[in-house]
Amino acid sequence: MDQIISNIGLLFEFPVVNLKILIDGIMIGALFALAAYGLALVWGVMNVKNLAQGDFVIAGGYVAWSLTNIGIHPFLGIPAAFIVMWGIGWITYKLVIKRVIERDLFTSLLATFGLAIMFAQIMNLMFGSDTQSIDLGYDTLHFGPGGFVDVPISKLIGVIVALSLAFGVIIFMKRSRMGQAIRATAQDARAARVLGIDTDKVYAFTFSLNSAICGAAGAIIVMAWVIQPFYGITYSIRAFVIVTAAGLGNLPGVIAAGLGIGAMEQYGAHIFGIGYQQAIAVLLLLIVLFFRLLQQRRKRQVLQ
Amino acid sequence: MAILRPVFYLALLALIIAAPFIFPDFRTQLATLWVFIILSMTWDMTGGQMGYNSLGNILFFGAGMYIAAVVTIALAYDVGEYTNAFGGGTYKFTTTQYFLGMGLGLVFAGLLSAAIAWLMGYLLFQFRGPYFAIGTLGAAIAAGELVSNWEWVGGGQGIALPVYPGDFDVGKLFFYYLFAATGVILFIFLRWLYGTRFAGAINAIRDDEEKAEAMGLHTLRYKQVTWAISAFFVGIVGGISGFQNIHFEPLETAFQTINLGIFMVVCVLLGGKGTLWGPIIGAILFHVIKEVTWNYLLGWQWVALGALIVITVVYFQDGLMGWLARVKPEWFGERVQKKPDLIAEPAE
Repeated sequence: MDQIISNIGLLFEFPVVNLKILIDGIMIGALFALAAYGLALVWGVMNVKNLAQGDFVIAGGYVAWSLTNIGIHPFLGIPAAFIVMWGIGWITYKLVIKRVIERDLFTSLLATFGLAIMFAQIMNLMFGSDTQSIDLGYDTLHFGPGGFVDVPISKLIGVIVALSLAFGVIIFMKRSRMGQAIRATAQDARAARVLGIDTDKVYAFTFSLNSAICGAAGAIIVMAWVIQPFYGITYSIRAFVIVTAAGLGNLPGVIAAGLGIGAMEQYGAHIFGIGYQQAIAVLLLLIVLFFRLLQQRRKRQVLQ
Repeated sequence: MAILRPVFYLALLALIIAAPFIFPDFRTQLATLWVFIILSMTWDMTGGQMGYNSLGNILFFGAGMYIAAVVTIALAYDVGEYTNAFGGGTYKFTTTQYFLGMGLGLVFAGLLSAAIAWLMGYLLFQFRGPYFAIGTLGAAIAAGELVSNWEWVGGGQGIALPVYPGDFDVGKLFFYYLFAATGVILFIFLRWLYGTRFAGAINAIRDDEEKAEAMGLHTLRYKQVTWAISAFFVGIVGGISGFQNIHFEPLETAFQTINLGIFMVVCVLLGGKGTLWGPIIGAILFHVIKEVTWNYLLGWQWVALGALIVITVVYFQDGLMGWLARVKPEWFGERVQKKPDLIAEPAE
């Protein structure tokens, strides 16, 4: 308890600590937002709640990591992870997801949970259970009083790539034919089918796009942070927190919520200690759920 | 039929009592099988009968484990000091202390778990469908993480309980019969419960909650009570498991969300949701498959289990009982009219 109070005191005594925490949080939050964006897409279009989201992220990280090991530049790992995870997402869709779209949501939740266990274990068998990361060998920028705030260039690059990818996807959804078809299917799948849209193709495309986005996010994460086969579930939970907080089909909201959750998690880790970081991510989910519940209550509705 | 039924149950009881002597090498596995059976049956109370699919029932398992252990230790020593020493040599338990602690601990584990379920149910049962599943999953993971940071109960290292004060093999038998007794009591209780108006009410909640409420059922109270009853048994099983494991730690043993927490759901789906026998059959099937894969697919066992979950959920969700009910409806008391031969099936 004393520890917590002194940690909070530190925040007021040295305001620059706040800046450091905020920057750290926003940088990791940008990656959370990317994974959450894919989830919002799949959830909104196909009504599938994908609990294997985080494992796609980690899998993308391992794609980039293994390419670096055979001597390919890490930046090429991002498009490579995008493409490889696109393929894995497509196979997953054809084998499993296709059969759960029409079913109730609990089915998709459990089926993707099974997938998450499989993915995590296969990665564990292939790459071992050590934490891995790619060292880009870039410098760290220092600024603020006494150079207290440090921003590694690799993280900065990662965030920029993540944001440009997110905007690329937003423009794609707005402008392209396929993006239009996806949005039409999300609004009313039956009407879209009547109007000649091949919804099965749209679903396959959406799910593959989601897993590709996650893969790219993972390739960025492995450059600036660390990955491990069993880290997936925490990314899944964060994606759920963000999407539940922002609501479906609200892209700026997803990005804002992602950055906010990144920052809140860093604050929580600073105040309560690093051991509570996982717990904070999960407790945020419950808080967001109850907050949404209170909102619905006012309209005499339930969250369903 | 009327005479066959008691004979069947008596034979089953005899088998339960004789099982550890018929398979003396598998006593620990048989005890674990009972854990699966009990957890599946309790999960089915909310998941199958009431339509609320919880992914966080493991929370009560872990809570029961910790409560029973803390009560046992607190009767003899200071808990903080004990967990600090981590079962070091100076702490001895007499036989009386052990059994008194276990008895009291299990009672507390059951009652407090039920109380936790009641309180949490007040909040969590406001959610419907997948949000309930996600919310309970979150609660279970959060509980595990919080307990693993709680130094008073041993933090991430967990608690080392005293060893069974007696012969090692007798201890194995003792835990088997403790689990079996809990399971048999639970079965008798559920068999009675599913015939009462209470079961009618929770089935009504599953079928249409709005209508059930309009019919004057206090749905929230029914949901809370059902979850509390199921948590009572889960807490007791968790407590017994703590004593059986001797040493347990928070994330892998007590709040093992992605292992046992999901397995119980899969057991129920495998056997058939919303039936009395489905969870039991499913648990036996799942346990056998799990043990076989553990033995013969070393390293790939988790992949095989994940695949089993996916296949069960995607292709075989009605489970064994659901499938039987479709193929042989007359076995389930539904009157089937034999098609008169005169009216031929229209050719396709």
